[in-house]
Amino acid sequence: MSEWLAVIIDGVIYSSWLFIIAVGLTLIYGVMKILNMAHGSLYALGAYTAASLAGYWLAHGYAPLASYGVLVLAAVIVGVVAGPLIERGLLRFMYGRDEIILLLVTYAVFLILEDVVKLAWGVDPYIVSEPYGLLGSVEFADLSYPVYSFALIVFCVAIGGALTWALRRTRHGKLLTAVIHDREVSQAMGIDVRRFYLVTFTIGAMLAALGGALTAPTISVVPGIGVEVIVLAFAVVVIGGLGSLPGAALGALIVGLLRSAAVHYVPALELFSVYFVMALVLILRPEGLFAGAQVRRI
Amino acid sequence: MTALLETRGLNKQFGAVTAAADISVAVERDAVVGLIGTNGAGKTTFVNMVTGYLKPDAGTIHYQGRDITRLHPREVTRLGICRSFQIPQLCDSLSVYENLIVALGIVLRNGRRSLFSRLPAAVPGHGVPLQDAAEAMIERFGLAEFRDKAAGVLPEGVRKLLDIAMALAVKPQVLLLDEPTSGVSSEEKFDIMDRVMQAVRAEGATVLFVEHDMDIVRRYAGRVLAFYDGRIIADGEPARVLADDEVRRYVTGEANALQSAAHA
Amino acid sequence: MIARDRTPLLLLILLVALLAVAPLFPNWQFIGTLALAKGLTVLGLLLLLRTGLVSFGQGLYFCLGGYAAGSLGLYAGVTDALVLMLVGAAVAGVIAALLGFLLAGYRGIFFAMLSLALSMILFGLLVKSRALGSTDGFNLAPATLFGHVIAGAQGRYALYALAAAVAFLAALGMHRYFATPLGRLSAAIRDNEIRVEYLGASVRHAVHVKYVIAGVLAGVGGVLTALTVGHIDPEMAYWTTSGEFVFITILSGTASVAAPFLGSFIFELIRTFAYEYSPNTWQMTLGTVMLLIIVFLPSGLWSLFRRTRSAQR
Repeated sequence: MSEWLAVIIDGVIYSSWLFIIAVGLTLIYGVMKILNMAHGSLYALGAYTAASLAGYWLAHGYAPLASYGVLVLAAVIVGVVAGPLIERGLLRFMYGRDEIILLLVTYAVFLILEDVVKLAWGVDPYIVSEPYGLLGSVEFADLSYPVYSFALIVFCVAIGGALTWALRRTRHGKLLTAVIHDREVSQAMGIDVRRFYLVTFTIGAMLAALGGALTAPTISVVPGIGVEVIVLAFAVVVIGGLGSLPGAALGALIVGLLRSAAVHYVPALELFSVYFVMALVLILRPEGLFAGAQVRRI
Repeated sequence: MTALLETRGLNKQFGAVTAAADISVAVERDAVVGLIGTNGAGKTTFVNMVTGYLKPDAGTIHYQGRDITRLHPREVTRLGICRSFQIPQLCDSLSVYENLIVALGIVLRNGRRSLFSRLPAAVPGHGVPLQDAAEAMIERFGLAEFRDKAAGVLPEGVRKLLDIAMALAVKPQVLLLDEPTSGVSSEEKFDIMDRVMQAVRAEGATVLFVEHDMDIVRRYAGRVLAFYDGRIIADGEPARVLADDEVRRYVTGEANALQSAAHA
Repeated sequence: MIARDRTPLLLLILLVALLAVAPLFPNWQFIGTLALAKGLTVLGLLLLLRTGLVSFGQGLYFCLGGYAAGSLGLYAGVTDALVLMLVGAAVAGVIAALLGFLLAGYRGIFFAMLSLALSMILFGLLVKSRALGSTDGFNLAPATLFGHVIAGAQGRYALYALAAAVAFLAALGMHRYFATPLGRLSAAIRDNEIRVEYLGASVRHAVHVKYVIAGVLAGVGGVLTALTVGHIDPEMAYWTTSGEFVFITILSGTASVAAPFLGSFIFELIRTFAYEYSPNTWQMTLGTVMLLIIVFLPSGLWSLFRRTRSAQR
């Protein structure tokens, strides 16, 4: 009994983490039709910044509980600095070009940022694990989980809810939804699509960094942590549907639970299962489970 | 005697719009048919259905006695029906010569007996090797001065000619031209149609062309089909069709002009 | 006006130059062989790029080739380079033919992402495969050619010469291919698929064939790389490896079949120097160069040569 309970709980925890990472990616694609490969390095930037700031914070003896705020602050800083830098400084000169070209541009940005991180923080690992254990752990049915993990789930739901509210209820959000749904018609109706690009990309960057920031206390932050994240995030977004928020949630849930099941029952299939599902979705329903964008298919 | 191309009861709805309502047409070999009608009357839908791009909701299309209704455009082309496009569909980064080589190369490949047999030395239907066939087509269509220019930078009239030339490269039995002279200056219109008709007569192909310019229709068509609201409202010789009351009211707009002149 | 086709002569000259110059720089032969092997993979990407497609998953076939060679050596004691290349080509070809049914229907970023996913599937399988060494991979037995060992210090030149010969044949073959009706369809498909269909050709079939060709080239490249390095690991199928190939393709451009090998050489040179002098800026260099090319030289480095030549006329 506790076996499958562990599978589900592990799965949901992993899903929340995946959601926070993937939602920024799907948002950026939905609005800008750019598949942002630099997403992984923004994640890494978030993790490093969070580790540094939180480490500094805790080392100077400030309130440990406030370190959570520091983590979030780190993500915001990365988003607000890196986002406009990349969008205004580079991407905006590339709009209108083929989506593959844009993909390659973001791939180039990814390569550059990977080394920026190495140059800024060096190659030694950063370990700031205090926030992870601070809230203690909870035990039930002979399973033990850090409260942090459950806090992550709650936080993820909150983010999802906040984004959904923002998209559905606020004026800007509704305009964004229109743009995601059909860019050409939105432009024809007078919406200045490009003004939204800066905001969208910044928010997307913030979310990517947030994923990294919240992960930082649970891992040893080293160069290259962003690399695997990119492919996972892509898998989630493709499964759920490019440009769809509920899609990102569903995709995250599917990938998270699937991977958890694989880890518990057939460890050899852990990585295989995720990419297999992504390939499967691309075959059977290329637009994803929740259609957001049109598929280039013949 | 069965007609070369025959449609029976073609119907097509796009939501609330009736693009084709019970279209039944029989086209004989060597005919030159003009398709006229206002925008949205169903001419292009007709062309799209015959070439396999659209599938009718009901009805059939028969070519040389064979049912081609459900075939893919590629298969329809291989059987001998080819089209040109209202907006010329060219390979913009390739030169005129290279575009024709591509088209003729496809004909060459399709002319193979089996998947593994060698390519025929002469392009089927042209009788000469690839490069020579391309040069011959360039000559025939008067494209010599543009031979090595990229298709994307050509003037519209030349693009139209090239588009039609590529359609003719496959040596079709039936050639469908979608507004061959639209977007082209008045002087060039007749030049284009003259060249095209010359080439067509030499090949012995049957031509259907969609046109808005009634002078072109009068001059080249042996038969005119007038479309309105998805139906064919007149069918016959150009002079008779163009003088038809309904056609004048719904297609050429002359009836209204006469009325307003009378009231002035 | 029919221009003399200079490319076969150019390729022959390059081959002779490569073979003649190499003995003077014995320390560079290793990199040279690697560059030629990777150049093969990039040649396949060139074919796809000319068709308007970017594959982020050629690492799949690259890895399959390498592991086919390694497994044959490990489990069947086969070390003959020619045999291994044939087997690598066959394995890659069969898989590409199967996967091609799926991939040939996609374009743009979906083609890119699906190819990426497929290569990651192989990665995932290999990482967990203890029989094949999981993340560590395993070493290959020294390669032989007609019984003579061609690995190690003595055989280095032989392996290099073999790679050069294969590269020459591949480039020549590709050049000839582009002059065939199916080869010419590449550019046509890139420009206007609708037109191609309406001329009676199947775009899907054409793309399928090209995908298989690219897969086979990557497979052979993988075999040669494995034989040169003497070691294989799942990293060969990781998406960053595929990304490297894409980078070299962008660097080289699509103008000439010799370009992938030139670009590959330059890439390996830069990589060697970068790793030695500043390992933490290697990726940054790559990224910056790629950006510069995309912005200023969309056809890759080869267009520099073209421009100077036409300026001289």
